[in-house]
Amino acid sequence: MTRGETQAPLVLVVDDVDHGREIFAEYLEFRGFRVATAADGLEALEKAFELHPDVILMDLSLPGIDGWEATRRLKQDDRTRDIPIIALTAHALAAAHDKAREVGCNAVVTKPCLPKDLEQEVRRQLEAKTT
Amino acid sequence: MVNIAPLDASPSPRPRTGGGIGSRPKLALVEALLAEEEARPCAVVALRWLVRHAGVERAVCAVADSESGRLLGLTGIGVSIASVDAFNLDLGDRTHPLVVALSGGEPVVFHDSSQPLLRAVETPLGNLSFHAVPLSGSKDGSKEEIGPGLLLLTGLEDGPVPDDILWAAELLGVRLASLWYRRAQAEERRHKRERSWLFSIINAVTDPILLTDADGRILVANAGAEMLLTAGEDKREGWRRAVALNNMLFSASLFTNAAESGPTRRELLLVDPSEGRDLLFEVLSTPVPIRLGETGVVSVLRNVTDLRRATEEIEENYRRLRVAEAATRAERDRLDLILNSVLDPILVTDAEGNIARMNPPAERMFTIPRGKRDSRNTEVERRVRTNDAVFTSFVSGLFVSSLHAGQEGHWRRTLSLIDPQTGKTVPVEAISGKVASKHGEEMVIVTILHDLTEAEEKARLYEQVTRHSEELRERVREATAELAEQNELLRRQAFQLEQASAAKSQFLANVSHELRTPLNAIMGYTHLMLEGVSGAMTPQQHDKLGRIDANARHLLAVINDLLDIARIESGKMPVQIECVRLPELIDEVMTEVEPVIAGTRLAVERALSPDLPEIETDRQKVKQIVLNLLSNALKFTPQGSVAIRLDHEKGADEISIAVTDTGIGIAEDNQKTIFEAFEQANSSYARRQGGTGLGLSICRRLAHILDGRITLVSQLGEGSTFTLYLPCKPRTA
Repeated sequence: MTRGETQAPLVLVVDDVDHGREIFAEYLEFRGFRVATAADGLEALEKAFELHPDVILMDLSLPGIDGWEATRRLKQDDRTRDIPIIALTAHALAAAHDKAREVGCNAVVTKPCLPKDLEQEVRRQLEAKTT
Repeated sequence: MVNIAPLDASPSPRPRTGGGIGSRPKLALVEALLAEEEARPCAVVALRWLVRHAGVERAVCAVADSESGRLLGLTGIGVSIASVDAFNLDLGDRTHPLVVALSGGEPVVFHDSSQPLLRAVETPLGNLSFHAVPLSGSKDGSKEEIGPGLLLLTGLEDGPVPDDILWAAELLGVRLASLWYRRAQAEERRHKRERSWLFSIINAVTDPILLTDADGRILVANAGAEMLLTAGEDKREGWRRAVALNNMLFSASLFTNAAESGPTRRELLLVDPSEGRDLLFEVLSTPVPIRLGETGVVSVLRNVTDLRRATEEIEENYRRLRVAEAATRAERDRLDLILNSVLDPILVTDAEGNIARMNPPAERMFTIPRGKRDSRNTEVERRVRTNDAVFTSFVSGLFVSSLHAGQEGHWRRTLSLIDPQTGKTVPVEAISGKVASKHGEEMVIVTILHDLTEAEEKARLYEQVTRHSEELRERVREATAELAEQNELLRRQAFQLEQASAAKSQFLANVSHELRTPLNAIMGYTHLMLEGVSGAMTPQQHDKLGRIDANARHLLAVINDLLDIARIESGKMPVQIECVRLPELIDEVMTEVEPVIAGTRLAVERALSPDLPEIETDRQKVKQIVLNLLSNALKFTPQGSVAIRLDHEKGADEISIAVTDTGIGIAEDNQKTIFEAFEQANSSYARRQGGTGLGLSICRRLAHILDGRITLVSQLGEGSTFTLYLPCKPRTA
């Protein structure tokens, strides 16, 4: 790890919907996080490998490589395996959530989701990671 | 009573009435007596002459019959003829005064004066005194031992009897003696003739007839008897021995019956002297008097040898006949027994169909019952006649079709008879056989009628059953085909439904997804602004954003509930059974609603039964239901209290969780529909309270998934009680 301890945690927000990315990115930045964004699965993978974020917020329904596939790849790669991934989805059915956990998501949050609730989940994952 | 007195023997002058009777009357008497050829008219003439000419008043003339040895009354004058005929004395009685007088030859006077020492004499003259004058027997005056008779005369004076009377008595005596002699000779001749006739008769009788005396000596025997019992010197030795034997046997048989006084009948076995064979006789013996004081026996022997043989033969034949008859009768009885034991009618007929015998079942069909002739009987009679006609036609038809007899020589044909009593048609199978009698000249027909009613009924039933069974099979086939078709249809429908359901679920999921995404934006931006991320706002702006937020949340709740219902209905609601401790679960629920309770002034109570068991159920869903019920209670109770109460009846396999409030209550009309989706009893109020209208619908569906149920007791304005019943263990586990 080359980054200093003073650096804020980097959250990679992946969502193909602009306002979805914008709301969470804006709120998390407002709350003191560093935020990177990706609009699809492929970009998410590139950013993840490039930036090595501390937490990834992964929308599941994505064009091209979807959230489940991207997560599986990240979880199968040694470089990114330890990055907590929070699935963020408008799918309310259990099947979608179960599938997300199967591919390696550490948590599943259903949209709509209040930014502050999401922040809480991010902090929880970060704590779990350090301990 | 007349007593006898000896005549005075002393000589006394004879009364000469009228100086004696002239010669003319005397001559007349002689002529008259000679003119008569019979004794009685002679005596009558003489008596009349005495009455007319000799002063006699009453007179009786009796004659001595040497044949019978008796003195018999012949005639009389002035006395009854009957008394004369009855007069009869035994001449053997030598001491009798009249017999004495007769044999004395002299007249005797009998007085009526009583002289007890003397013997009483009864005569036709009664008590009158009379003179007994013996009739002189012969002209020459030679004395016979007993004169020919005696005159009894009344009206004479005592003393010597006048000479005229004596002359007349002598004249009559001579004439009577002469006539008597001639008569005796004639008798003799007649007797001889009659005896020869009798012998002829007796000899003409082939049966031996014998008269034997008391000692068994043969007095008279006819030719037949002589042949058996007498043998001349000329006969051979065997003959004589046979005769001797016969005599012995006959005498012996006579004496065995000697004691009998009447005729006796017995059998006697003698030997035929000419041939030496045995002859059986039936001996009829009759005792007869043969002379004074002696009894003989007339025996008539009837040869019954042949008769006996014939009789024996007849008896034997009769016996055989009886035996044969008995055997026949027994056979017949046995046959009857057999016939009568058969339930089917049996008839024995001749070739013309005339019934000779039948058993009771046949009688029922073919005889007219006795009884009064009413309309019913007439009907019965008509039916019997019909049966008879049918049967007779069948039997007579047998001879026409005699060449077509069945294999066993039987004929079979179905006849239609009528039950005479009920009038029902009785189909019968007639089975007939011809039976020739032993000698072949007579033919009888035995027919058994077998009732086919039952068989036909069975056949009919069988056919019916077969038909029904066929119909049934057809129906089953049709039903099966239809079922298959329906199944196919159902399968297709099920598939379609499944597809539809899947499509619906997918649609709902998509709708949910597509709603959530913009909602996420709305709520997110609102949140950013409320958090001041986009800079400070005026209080009015903040307030309005708060409203946006509240409505966004409500919209989210509706979407979530809809999704729940969709999941339940599509069967995709996952159920996770685990052991649940209800007190803990209630604690959790209470914690969650704590903020809501804090915003009210309601008293919230909880009452948990001490012996609540752990139950196996889906914890999350029970919690969701209780939470919903409790939220509702809090929502719809403006004031008062809310109570949650958990109970478990001892031994029951379910628990109950009841939520009771003192709220607005639910009208009876709405109590059913309240569980339907989007139903709220009071929509405006509910909307104000932020309900989605789907809560109870979801609760009920969830309870159902958990094998439980929810009941409602409520009264408008007074409050409601919702009770969730849950099984201790899921039934479908």
